[in-house]
Amino acid sequence: MYQYDQIDKQLVLERVAQFRDQTQRFLNGQLSEDDFRPLRLRNGLYIQRYAPMLRISIPYGLLSSKQVRMFARIAREYDKGFGHFTTRTNMQYNWPELAKVPDILELLASVEMHAIQTSGNCIRNVTSDHLAGVARDELEDPRPWCELVRQWATVHPEFAFLPRKFKIAITASTADRAAVRIHDIGLILKRNGAGALGFEVLVGGGLGRTPIMAQTIYDFVTPQDLLGCLEAILRVYNLEGRRDNIHKARIKIIVKAFGIDKFRELVDAEWAASKHYAPVWSESEIARVKSFFAPPAYEHLQDIDVITGKGNAKEANEFRRWYQQNTRAHKVPGYRAVILSLKSVKRPPGDITDSQLDAVADLADQYSFGEVRVMHDQNLLFAHVRQQDLFELWQKLDAIDLATANIGTLTDMIACPGLDLCSLANARTYTVVDLINERFDDLDYLYDLGEIQLKMSGCMNACGHHHVGHIGILGVDKHGEEWYQVTIGGAPSGSEADLGEVIGRSFKQEEIPDVLEKLFRVYLDLREGDERFVDTVRRTGIAPFKAGAYAQADQAA
Amino acid sequence: MRKLIKLHNSTRSIVDDTWQYAEEDANASSLIVSLTQWQSEHDALLASGKRLGVKLAPADKVEAIAQDAAKLQLIALQFGGIGEGRGYSQAHILRRRCGFTGELRAVGKIYRDQLFYMARCGFDAFEMPENADLNVALTGFDDYTVAYQPGIDLAGVALQKRTGT
Repeated sequence: MYQYDQIDKQLVLERVAQFRDQTQRFLNGQLSEDDFRPLRLRNGLYIQRYAPMLRISIPYGLLSSKQVRMFARIAREYDKGFGHFTTRTNMQYNWPELAKVPDILELLASVEMHAIQTSGNCIRNVTSDHLAGVARDELEDPRPWCELVRQWATVHPEFAFLPRKFKIAITASTADRAAVRIHDIGLILKRNGAGALGFEVLVGGGLGRTPIMAQTIYDFVTPQDLLGCLEAILRVYNLEGRRDNIHKARIKIIVKAFGIDKFRELVDAEWAASKHYAPVWSESEIARVKSFFAPPAYEHLQDIDVITGKGNAKEANEFRRWYQQNTRAHKVPGYRAVILSLKSVKRPPGDITDSQLDAVADLADQYSFGEVRVMHDQNLLFAHVRQQDLFELWQKLDAIDLATANIGTLTDMIACPGLDLCSLANARTYTVVDLINERFDDLDYLYDLGEIQLKMSGCMNACGHHHVGHIGILGVDKHGEEWYQVTIGGAPSGSEADLGEVIGRSFKQEEIPDVLEKLFRVYLDLREGDERFVDTVRRTGIAPFKAGAYAQADQAA
Repeated sequence: MRKLIKLHNSTRSIVDDTWQYAEEDANASSLIVSLTQWQSEHDALLASGKRLGVKLAPADKVEAIAQDAAKLQLIALQFGGIGEGRGYSQAHILRRRCGFTGELRAVGKIYRDQLFYMARCGFDAFEMPENADLNVALTGFDDYTVAYQPGIDLAGVALQKRTGT
């Protein structure tokens, strides 16, 4: 992974010193709350319901075991013994003390981490494909490009005070595990007709109050032109984006208002005017960054039968389930990628304890070249595990409750922290997660339902990406009560990326498990062949699901 | 007299402001006018022999004065609050594209914590709010000694150091 040089180190240390000074001035009363807010936000610090919330950047989800151990230490010493991984592959602490945040940032800097631009109206963490570098279907490893873009975006003098937050994702696979279409800018690595490498550039995606899928603005941009292109888009946005209404300030709003063709004309003009001086990555800088992402020292192995003859009958069954659900193909023979489920019934989605973090770091050292990845659906990944080690690793993960064999199933839910912790939320999410986990505790039933992406947000800001869930649940406030709106048929990635449709009036919290069960009954009744839930919804439309979900409820009422 | 922070090459100093806004003294010999006044009294102002400056609001288009950039000794860009970011791009365009070499002044609700960013976009004068301690503000330029992006004042430090160009 990327290692800081002297320049990177210095920048992060200077940021810590700057924030220490800002915090001191705020605590001394020299900086008002209003003036401190944009400064702390650009360092990932929100003031939440009970305490500040600190969000730490994990560029493109990649962590070393050393960094994971630091997360454990911070969770132990500065929080209540746990942390929370977000859909932007960042880490959030919910209980730090404001005065100690500079100390936390200093600890993070010692392991090449920071909280720069993890909130506020600026360019946020660049995200990517959790299988980058190991997927068989990728064109090339997208992470060097993520790192190059990250550096360009960090403390950018012109784009530090944008109309609204700005998110960039990069993928190198048509499977689009980075969900680039729900980003302000999405980049897809591709080759043109002549075989040269470049980027398809998409713009104007985003969820929140006005969910919109990004559209292609340029079909092919060379690496030499990419920074110029990004600067042109950002400059048009910075000058033209709406600043009068926070809910209409994302770039998607002006892309939609202008229309993609008119927006492209504006960017074309800006790009042409700045082309002669726009920043360009040198070949040597690209090569330098790429060198950090060279494959680890794989052994020469063959693919093996992982399943047969492992443990007693019960273990063999559980291991087989886990292997099928929680591991993924690797491009190197003899290896698998292993997903660590953070969707245990014992904790909210994405939460992890300090002792689990320490154990994950040790296991990463032992089994996966000391590397851990955060996935945007709030799980962790060991990218390079020898197949011969899988059984042993499964036992160890099971012992620390990170082997729930539910990846891709209904209970592999995404949920933001909701009203329990967040001051923006309208409704709780974690209690709904618990209700769903209680009702749907039969793994065989879950496997029969197949792949279902359930995504839940506690408010319109859509941190839980509910619009693009196969099933989306949105918490809404009705006369001071928590209600939940259900959408179906959405999907986050690739050519199937789309927004779900609302099925009808919202539900009370305790109705949700019944509603889901009714939707599944309709699905099991209507599905053809291997159709997933979302495929059936898209084939039949939402009408039969709507009828199923409301029929008996309305009779009962 | 109003005080300003001025940058000149690598020196920063607190100086007296020798300019006046039209609403302060319409007859001043160093006069800053609004874009509206500039557009309506363009020829008369140019014929007046005064040193001339124009103040742009965040929503004003820089292109409106691009043609006149060489005739102006000062352009002031208004900031309405710390979150107002259009001035950074306006400054960028004026310096990089319009060839403006006069004083580029940030004025309004500007804070010490923005000065580093502003300087890198090409501002060289800072008219801070009345209650600001300018001596404290001077330290704001030192928040960072490195940068990843090419800028006006220190050109692409990181890339330069790495590539040796």
